[in-house]
Amino acid sequence: MPWRLLRFATTKKHPEPRMFTEHAELKPSYDVVIIGGGGHGLAAAYYLGRDHGITNVAVLEKGYIGGGNTGRNTTIIRSNYLTPEGVKFYDESVNLWQDLSQEFDLNLFYANRGHFTLAHTDSALRTMRWRAEVNKHYGVDSEVVGPDFVKRAAPMINLSCGHAPILGALYHAPGSIARHDAVAWGYGRGADMRGAEIHQQTEVLGIDVRGGKVCGVQTSRGYIATDKVLCAVAGFTPRILDMVDIKTPITIHPLQAMVSEPLKPWLDPILVSGSLHIYVSQSARGELVMGASLDPYELHSTRSTLDFVEGLSAHMLDMFPFLSHVKVMRQWAGMADMTPDFAPIMGKTPIEGFYLDAGWGTWGFKATPVCGKTMAHTIATDTPHPLINGFSLDRFRNYSLTGEKGAASVGH
Amino acid sequence: MKIMTCPFNGPRPVSEFFYWGEIRPMPDPATCSDESWADYIFNRNGAPGVKQEWWCHIASNTWFIAERNTEKDLVLRTYLFEEEL
Ligand SMILES: Cc1cc2nc3c(=O)[nH]c(=O)nc-3n(C[C@H](O)[C@H](O)[C@H](O)COP(=O)(O)OP(=O)(O)OC[C@H]3O[C@@H](n4cnc5c(N)ncnc54)[C@H](O)[C@@H]3O)c2cc1C
Repeated sequence: MPWRLLRFATTKKHPEPRMFTEHAELKPSYDVVIIGGGGHGLAAAYYLGRDHGITNVAVLEKGYIGGGNTGRNTTIIRSNYLTPEGVKFYDESVNLWQDLSQEFDLNLFYANRGHFTLAHTDSALRTMRWRAEVNKHYGVDSEVVGPDFVKRAAPMINLSCGHAPILGALYHAPGSIARHDAVAWGYGRGADMRGAEIHQQTEVLGIDVRGGKVCGVQTSRGYIATDKVLCAVAGFTPRILDMVDIKTPITIHPLQAMVSEPLKPWLDPILVSGSLHIYVSQSARGELVMGASLDPYELHSTRSTLDFVEGLSAHMLDMFPFLSHVKVMRQWAGMADMTPDFAPIMGKTPIEGFYLDAGWGTWGFKATPVCGKTMAHTIATDTPHPLINGFSLDRFRNYSLTGEKGAASVGH
Repeated sequence: MKIMTCPFNGPRPVSEFFYWGEIRPMPDPATCSDESWADYIFNRNGAPGVKQEWWCHIASNTWFIAERNTEKDLVLRTYLFEEEL
């Protein structure tokens, strides 16, 4: 081994700093404790430091950062939702995504590809016209296009799709994909640089609530005093909410995904088909990243199934018959925290100092930046950010749902 | 392939079944408050555990109850509503 390398290996002072500072001990107290080191929790820590000067913050992660749904998702980013609340919120997120790589000084491989939601039925086309009008009203680039347009953007597509010919599509030019782990790392490093502490392998086991107020959290590494807690644990939300006796409509269903072997670049846009239960894009590595709809019954597990690969592959072949010899490389699952109206649950809760960022189901990766930003505001000022007013937990007591199903059910 | 045992038709692939969620007592809509009605229609016990759930074997339209561990995906018992004690 060259002498220079050997010397490098034995010295304690490395010229390249590590991504994060390691903290041997938990402090006895923090101003804010964030449960969950996924993109959302880390982004909240980042904006608490950057925008509000709150840096005495601990992010507690029971596994490793980004190991939850953040590192399992198919990374579709878009803002062509159906409700005004949704469109405005996701549009702000798409704006924030634009200069994140610069801000982090880390390549997120943010790739603007264009996003097509394919319509195979008249009723699907009708919802798309509706969505396009809502989108345009709020200044979001979104239009209904014909099959020829789809064919030009994805020449390998079989427009007749087995027995479900493509009648048109909702085209959303800003639709993008990004590298998911890098998003968690970027936010984590930014939060760390500003003073927040990231503690991996630290599980929250209980929450200390006295007189309706948060006083601390019990962890696998001891007790921490704090009067502000953010719960950002996606598929684990009901378990944490059980600790504080808050009821929500959230149920957990697995969402599976798979990738093909790497291929030469041939698919530029992101394609989604509700009728065929497919969404697909080609990653920078050349793999086709594919997903389908939610598993049909509640399950708190990340097991994956052969049924899923068979069903999804069959539908992929309806759309792209030439893929018949391509191999599937990997499959996996995440636990999606589903809400009945397909909108998230964000903001304050009946417990003072306990904030919730949940109900992100199959659609929360794209919202990582805007969730971090709005939750940081909500925690710092103890007032919900105006962009999340439509997403409060109260809506299920007041029968005032934010019906986002038409835009979120398969498309993510 | 995951197998579910229909109390009528015996063990069948789970894809032949339809899941209708945990069994929950319905409050009387005529007398309960708006708040407890909202609680009934929206809120769920989302945490994992052994739950009693409604399932239906689609081909024969047999509705029945399954006791299932929702963390391990183990079906402990299936039976018809009438058989419930
Ligand atoms: C297969 C799949 C595909 C998806 N595709 C898309 C997509 O294309 N576009 C999109 O926008 N969204 C998509 N999503 C949804 C998206 O992944 C999630 O909504 C989002 O990543 C949630 O981020 P998060 O930070 O809130 O949660 P997570 O990344 O899940 O982080 C939560 C963290 O909390 C930790 N935790 C849990 N309990 C505790 C505890 N007691 N103590 C300490 N830590 C704890 C977990 O270990 C985990 O790391 C997809 C999801 C899946 C599963």
